[in-house]
Amino acid sequence: MMQTAVAPNALPEKISIKNLKFFYGENLALKSINLPLYEKKVTAFIGPSGCGKSTLLRVLNRMYDLYPKQHAEGEVLFDGGNILAPGQDLNLLRARIGMVFQKPTPFPMSIYDNIAFGIRLYENLSRSEMDERVEAALTRGALWNEVKDKLNSSGLSLSGGQQQRLCIARSIAVRPEVVLFDEPCSALDPISTSKIEELIDELTADYTIAIVTHNMQQAARVSDYTAFMYLGELIEFDETSKIFTAPGDKRTQDYITGRFG
Amino acid sequence: MASLGNSAVSSPTAQSLYRRRRRGNGILLSLSFAATIFGLAWLFLILAALLWQGFSGLSPAIFTEMTPPPGEGGGLLNAIVGSLIMTVAGVVIGTPIGILAGTYMAEYGRHNQLSNVVRFINDILLAAPSIVIGLFVYEVVVAPMGHFSAFAGSIALAILVIPVVVRTTEDMLNLVPNTLREASAALGLPRSVMIRKVAYRAAMSGIVTGVLLAIARVSGETAPLLFTALNNQFWSTDPNAPMSSLPVTIFQFALSPYPEWQKLAWTGALLITVAVLALNIVARTFLSPRTSK
Repeated sequence: MMQTAVAPNALPEKISIKNLKFFYGENLALKSINLPLYEKKVTAFIGPSGCGKSTLLRVLNRMYDLYPKQHAEGEVLFDGGNILAPGQDLNLLRARIGMVFQKPTPFPMSIYDNIAFGIRLYENLSRSEMDERVEAALTRGALWNEVKDKLNSSGLSLSGGQQQRLCIARSIAVRPEVVLFDEPCSALDPISTSKIEELIDELTADYTIAIVTHNMQQAARVSDYTAFMYLGELIEFDETSKIFTAPGDKRTQDYITGRFG
Repeated sequence: MASLGNSAVSSPTAQSLYRRRRRGNGILLSLSFAATIFGLAWLFLILAALLWQGFSGLSPAIFTEMTPPPGEGGGLLNAIVGSLIMTVAGVVIGTPIGILAGTYMAEYGRHNQLSNVVRFINDILLAAPSIVIGLFVYEVVVAPMGHFSAFAGSIALAILVIPVVVRTTEDMLNLVPNTLREASAALGLPRSVMIRKVAYRAAMSGIVTGVLLAIARVSGETAPLLFTALNNQFWSTDPNAPMSSLPVTIFQFALSPYPEWQKLAWTGALLITVAVLALNIVARTFLSPRTSK
């Protein structure tokens, strides 16, 4: 099995996953994953349902820690430090590695506060500085023009696609270094989806991105690298163009040509 | 479309099956309707009796004069104020404890054994006859102090408030979707901030409703006050002395042979019922507009 990443042009690795095993109780869900996430690149995780791609994503910000009976073994190096090490400050880690979920999850507060909320936790800003940060984040999230006149209305009053962009803006407002997307468009219509894909594309200028998607066209459109997973194993990892044109593994080929999954 | 001619629905068996179902539906519908009317009828009879007997006794004197000795006219001022004081004190003591316990169970100890045990005991407490709570507070507070007091009455009411608030707080926090907790965690929010700023906000209307319903419940309780605050014919706001309350006054006056007292009991009952009704309506309007998300 080819697991060692073919480091194409020796790009810096923002996150290096080494021999990662993940357990739901006794159940082994990830079998020794080795994978790099290159700095300021988009890496897509694809594979059929239940293959472990979301699980892998949720290890990267230790979201699984919210639930008892789930644990990970191995190493995940983030700028060289192992985030799985005991004593890791999870709140600081998650402020540096943001996450956007499948369903939009605006907080039950105003649009403005949805953005300002996370910022207030780590920074003490004046009102005008905060206004600027909120505007910048919403602009970055491609939402500013739609909401600038109703910043005080509830985040829940927005449409699904707008809510998702609000969540993206909220994540990047705290200035993380990595953003994880867990099927961010699966609950959205095609127009909202294309807006979010454009957004992800623009975000690569500043952020390292990992995205889980069921939609292979989406993976092909937005990502620089693609990891194909199957039954808890990483089958193949390479540049996206290569995975989609000349996959090295039969199973990858079968999956991307729609023969299973 | 008139040509349903040879579809399965128009066959004789289908027709007779359909007629049977319609008959069954009709019968069940009438039974449920009758049961609803039967249940509501009693409520309306009680309200009508209260209005009939109590309304004529309503006068400014009810709100300005003390409970009278037998054979004289008077009001319910000391009982109304006593009820207000002890209910407010009971809610002020019981609500924070209830909300904190409910928060622990829903947010911190969702899967642990302690929560299960507390939930079980809380359910028992929720269903415990209030007279048992009155006796308990008598043993624990009144007997050592040596006398009845409004303080003891407030504690008894607080013990009634706690399980209601624990239950609604836990239930309402459990309704807050986990995705919101994950989204908060993903921003790097500590759990305490998530609970205060996100979960409470999402569950707010439900928790407030629980508190209002708890107030409605305790404001009509007689048994826990009989052994704790007792009653007081006179004006008293001293927490260390016996205090009058509407339910106990109603209980005492309704059992008496004096028509003036009986009249006052009816009026007191009307006041409590209207107050509880109002609280329930307020609780409902609180809950309705924002639960749909």
